Amino acid sequence: MSTDTSPAIELRGASKTFKTPSGGLHTAVRDLDLTVRRGEFVAVVGPTGCGKSTTLTLVSGLEEPTEGDVLVAGEQVRGVGGKVGFVFQQDATFPWRTVLSNVMAGPRFRGVPKAEAKEKARAWLARVGLSAFEDRYPHQLSGGQRKRVALAATFVNDPEILLMDEPFSALDVQTRALMSDELLELWEGTGSSVVFVTHDLEEAIALADRVVVMTAGPATVKQVFDIDLPRPRKVEQVRLESHFIDIYREIWESLGEEVRITRERGAAHVA
Amino acid sequence: MSPEVLSTPVVDTAKPTDRAQSRARAARKRKAVVSSARLVLLVAVLGLWEVLSRAKVIDPFNFSMPSQIWDQIWTWVTHGTALGSLGEQIWFTLHEALLGWAFGVVAGVVLGIALGRIAFLADVLGPYIKVLNSIPRIVLAPIFVIWFGLGPASKVASAVVLVFFPVFFNAFQGAREVDRNLVSNARILGASDRRVTLQVVIPSATSWIFTSLHVSFGFALIGAIVGEYIGATKGIGLLVAQSQGTFNAAGVYAAMVILAAVALVAEGLLTFAERRIFRWKPADSGH
Repeated sequence: MSTDTSPAIELRGASKTFKTPSGGLHTAVRDLDLTVRRGEFVAVVGPTGCGKSTTLTLVSGLEEPTEGDVLVAGEQVRGVGGKVGFVFQQDATFPWRTVLSNVMAGPRFRGVPKAEAKEKARAWLARVGLSAFEDRYPHQLSGGQRKRVALAATFVNDPEILLMDEPFSALDVQTRALMSDELLELWEGTGSSVVFVTHDLEEAIALADRVVVMTAGPATVKQVFDIDLPRPRKVEQVRLESHFIDIYREIWESLGEEVRITRERGAAHVA
Repeated sequence: MSPEVLSTPVVDTAKPTDRAQSRARAARKRKAVVSSARLVLLVAVLGLWEVLSRAKVIDPFNFSMPSQIWDQIWTWVTHGTALGSLGEQIWFTLHEALLGWAFGVVAGVVLGIALGRIAFLADVLGPYIKVLNSIPRIVLAPIFVIWFGLGPASKVASAVVLVFFPVFFNAFQGAREVDRNLVSNARILGASDRRVTLQVVIPSATSWIFTSLHVSFGFALIGAIVGEYIGATKGIGLLVAQSQGTFNAAGVYAAMVILAAVALVAEGLLTFAERRIFRWKPADSGH
């Protein structure tokens, strides 16, 4: 991995157009250029519904770009590859599997022998603090615990690239801060590259090395900001620092404009 | 000051337990009232039937009466029917229904999942399945008797065609409505198409399929009975046909009572199996 100098993710002029049920065309992202370096944590912020998630599905290989190129580790993405992990916004744990079996699913799908998969899964469950819950079913857990299962199930595959689509947006504020800290801890040991999509600018700054601001839909990159806050960070402390607030103000000037545009469009729709 | 401080916790703890107790008592009482109301209703209906029939307000020959039906069941149980022992007739019908049910369910689930997963198959076969489904399938029973004879095969066949469609449509719908997030997640985690089908689509379609299993066992029984009614050598359907042929109204009712009991037992077994399989579901939506 270190010998290869190609960036972890590269999007070159990527566009994605969907057919809407009514037969029209909807462009989710257009002419998107974005490079994510190896081991880098990039947060993508943008107005609601602008097409941030589509960017992730293009990188994951779940969807193909209509135009342009998507490269992972220097190679063109063709279908879902083995290097990518994806944490979804909604619950994507398998409700009919126990917690342990959920975390084992990835290695088992990839042909790892059962005993080895179990061992790896147990290790990751211990890291997310759910060892005592391995025999439970997802419905018996809280939202935060289910998110931890999803994190463990993703990390157990040792992904080089970690895609996260507003993973904590369904959680309450306190659980969210806690999960952000845990995510940073888990990530810091792995050296994987992260693309973290969120509409919460505070969360983005607290977590990321760089924050990418997207335009109102169809989304494209508007501006990229470097976040020079020192690591390791604790999200609840870092957001009280004056430097954090300066960064926030600077980025919000850029993001706020796009949010306003989106709102005005929404208002026009209603009217 | 201190007495107040001391007294408040006592009141606080006593109140809820008191309430809980009275609430539990009320719940028990309600249960008892419901049960006795049910019993009263049953006795009233049967009693009214008996009285009206004995008083010749309704024709006892056509409508029979509960006591005669009971006598008939008792005669069948102790002396056997004209076709052999009652157990044999029940077993014959049940055997046909179960076989037809099993074939119909397997075919329905396999085809339903396959069409739900493979759009090409669904596009090609979809219209034909709709056409077949619109045929009132019970009229196939006489044809099956012609094709397969008076033995069990014709009854199994009519049970299969009745069972297949509801199971097929539910399995198809279940496979179609799988949470797309779960499928995406499985694919990202490394699952092949086959694994997605086996480990994501089928488990999430099981609750759809089980819904149809309840209904379809009833259909299997109907298929077997109608088949027997049209032409058979043994079975409860034949018992109905023979009782009708000898103007034995009590016999027809008695066969109905026996069928109802069989269907209820089967339903109970199915619910039991369902509870075991759906342990992963939250209890409040598990029934």
